[in-house]
Amino acid sequence: MSDPSEQQPAPAVLELSRIAKAFGAVVALTNGTLRLERGSIHALVGENGAGKSTLVKIVAGLYRRDAGEFLLDGESVDFASTAEAKDAGIAVIYQEPTLFPDLSVTENIFMGRQPRGALGMIDRRAMRQAALALFERLGVRIDPDRPTLGLSIADQQILEIAKAISLDAKVLVMDEPTAALSGVEVERLFAVARGLRDEGRAILFISHRFEEVFALCDTVTVMRDGAYIATSPIGETTVPEIVRQMVGRDVTTLFPKQEAAIGDVVLEVEGLTQPGVFSDVSFVARSGEIVALAGLVGAGRSEIARAVFGVDPYASGSVRVGGRPLPRRRPAAAMAAGVALVPEDRRQQGLVLESSVARNATLAIRRSLARLGLLTTAAENASARIWASRLEVKTASLDTEAGTLSGGNQQKVVLAKWLATGPRVLIVDEPTRGIDVGTKAEVHRLLSELAGQGLAIVMISSELPEVLGMADRVLVVHEGRITADIPREQATAESVMFAATHAAGEAA
Amino acid sequence: MSRLAHVLKARETGILLALVLVVVATTIKNPAFVFSGDGWRDLLLTPSILMLVAVGQAIVIVTRSVDLSVGSVVGLSAYLTGRVFIDLPGIPWPLVFLIGLVFGGLLGLVNGALVAFARVPALVITLGTLYVYRGINVMWTGSDRINSSDMPREFLALGTGSLLGIPWLTIIAVVVLVIAGWFLRTQRAGRELYAIGSDPAAAELYGLKVTRRVLAAFVVCGALAGLAGVLYAARYGTVSSQAGSGWELDAVGAAVIGGVAIFGGSGTVWGAAIGAYLLLTINRALPVIGVQDFWQRAVVGVLILGAIVLDRVLAVRQSRRLTEARES
Repeated sequence: MSDPSEQQPAPAVLELSRIAKAFGAVVALTNGTLRLERGSIHALVGENGAGKSTLVKIVAGLYRRDAGEFLLDGESVDFASTAEAKDAGIAVIYQEPTLFPDLSVTENIFMGRQPRGALGMIDRRAMRQAALALFERLGVRIDPDRPTLGLSIADQQILEIAKAISLDAKVLVMDEPTAALSGVEVERLFAVARGLRDEGRAILFISHRFEEVFALCDTVTVMRDGAYIATSPIGETTVPEIVRQMVGRDVTTLFPKQEAAIGDVVLEVEGLTQPGVFSDVSFVARSGEIVALAGLVGAGRSEIARAVFGVDPYASGSVRVGGRPLPRRRPAAAMAAGVALVPEDRRQQGLVLESSVARNATLAIRRSLARLGLLTTAAENASARIWASRLEVKTASLDTEAGTLSGGNQQKVVLAKWLATGPRVLIVDEPTRGIDVGTKAEVHRLLSELAGQGLAIVMISSELPEVLGMADRVLVVHEGRITADIPREQATAESVMFAATHAAGEAA
Repeated sequence: MSRLAHVLKARETGILLALVLVVVATTIKNPAFVFSGDGWRDLLLTPSILMLVAVGQAIVIVTRSVDLSVGSVVGLSAYLTGRVFIDLPGIPWPLVFLIGLVFGGLLGLVNGALVAFARVPALVITLGTLYVYRGINVMWTGSDRINSSDMPREFLALGTGSLLGIPWLTIIAVVVLVIAGWFLRTQRAGRELYAIGSDPAAAELYGLKVTRRVLAAFVVCGALAGLAGVLYAARYGTVSSQAGSGWELDAVGAAVIGGVAIFGGSGTVWGAAIGAYLLLTINRALPVIGVQDFWQRAVVGVLILGAIVLDRVLAVRQSRRLTEARES
């Protein structure tokens, strides 16, 4: 590990120092520091929310920095748009390729920069030839005339790289390019990346897969909580070292879960598989137990939860509640069997923001509240009042629009909605995302109490402290598979993070 | 794929065949539909003005927007044309074309600016300007109307006259069509319109000038509707405050029938132009064939639904074919 400022003042192609960026009150980046050399493949790693994406978006010209220095070839730059960054020789390949599905492969590569002939007419023949030449150089075979609609993710990524090369980019940023690729495709991508490196281009490679980082990159920079931690040559660091740098905080004191009597198995999930999303997912949750589904964003945790609840389909496997199988794709049946799902995005999926607190809190039981098919406000209020007071929802009145509550109180209303149905299994997806610290603790206390009352709770969380503090058992999901089942006593930041970034069966 | 195969597989070819079929069937029933001086002229002339509006509409739809105000723009521009002749007697008549184009372009600019900067969907914005523009028209016209006696004879002759058996209006419309088609196919800005409609978010990330291009599409659409208004005055001679009302739906219908995807990114102005011809020709053909009045609108509806279903089927088939090609 060495500080970049102590390195030899060789001309770095891109140098960021002390970049800061905030969105309103949310600080995304406090100290973005990065030094990219020519002919180098540089890894950028960090937990979810470490500020990697924000840094990339500043490099790409999508965001403007609030403070700090951004040097390109030794000159200070401040991009107002992605077009400016592109003109300066920076190409970014986003996780989701940005292609125009209706247009041909060739047009996608050269959009806005097509070769032109007389009268400004696009020279299609020259453009096609150039595309073929690019593909030959990359060693791939893609029909230049076909629309990009229906291309595999791997081919789409190759297309993005072809775009970057045709731009003659000096700096190529790849944001988790391998997330959706198969082994062979990853190898092809790596071969291309090494070729570009040997031409003297700088590549910034963002990945959660350490094996890839070590196989491909020569330097690695670690970020945590929006700040630069360390940069090391790859030969001088190890996976445990990087994990320590990524986690590096005290995670033991927060969120103690109360001891609860752990009873019978309530939820059984067996061999749940949906090709391309998750495979062979099996786990159980017992009464009184909090089971955490940990892992990185995009590992497939929310998808598993949605499939269990019946919102999303699955190809094979089974879900049983209290020993009785649940039908596929029938959320109503899951609700009737006592399963409740508190979704990740409460504003979009959990609440009707324009409706009152009372109406939201009774939404899931409105049929049983109704008399002769009519729902009265009095009945809604009576039921809502009970739950609002039990969960200590802070609201001016039950008539207040749910959208005006704070994040934490909104989350409580969503919880109230589901608790009113008297569930046996509560699935909560990122229960404290976007909630301030004080309310966070309250939500945790609530979950802990509910477990104490005999609920089986499945909690999806990307926040390690929350997982470690709350869970009786930690199931780690990596690329759609459960790769570790760690009991509370053995769960540490390192063990969870290691499992989250490695396929099952690999030794530390 | 050879050039011939390309032409045969094009979406526009199908719609052209449908048009030919309608014309042939109607002509068999009543030869005067084509083989008479008036029949031939009406066949070419009637859809020409709508064709201009449909071409402009297609340009906007390609960018994943829509302009519902075009009918009102046609009306305002037609009335303005008459007013210009009344209030500025002796004005050289070619100048009113320029006035119509610029005036329509300004109304389009208002639409485009509202859409681009208010960040409200074009459907809502232009629904609003549809009523606003028509309201201004009604206020301005009152119960008044422009009559053919208010306009110079040379100008009116243009509306009904022809060159070598082809009406002037048709010639104007085809010239505009050719230029628009050429621009969209061969110019960078034209291709960017398709890119924007295909995936607006990607276009933004890619660094395309999305706002400027969409604004330009609305200006062109407005200008073509303005030109259509001038031609309307020349063709019909009388202009009331309701001129062009309902045309916006015909224009959108023509574009959709012609294979312009309502979600942007694909289709051509050629398709929209043929769609306009098919739409209005069917309207004229149905009474000849003996279809009751009552069913005529329904047939247009079936045509639009049929076109949408056809596009959907083609899209699904193409997507399946492309996926299979990848897996083999």
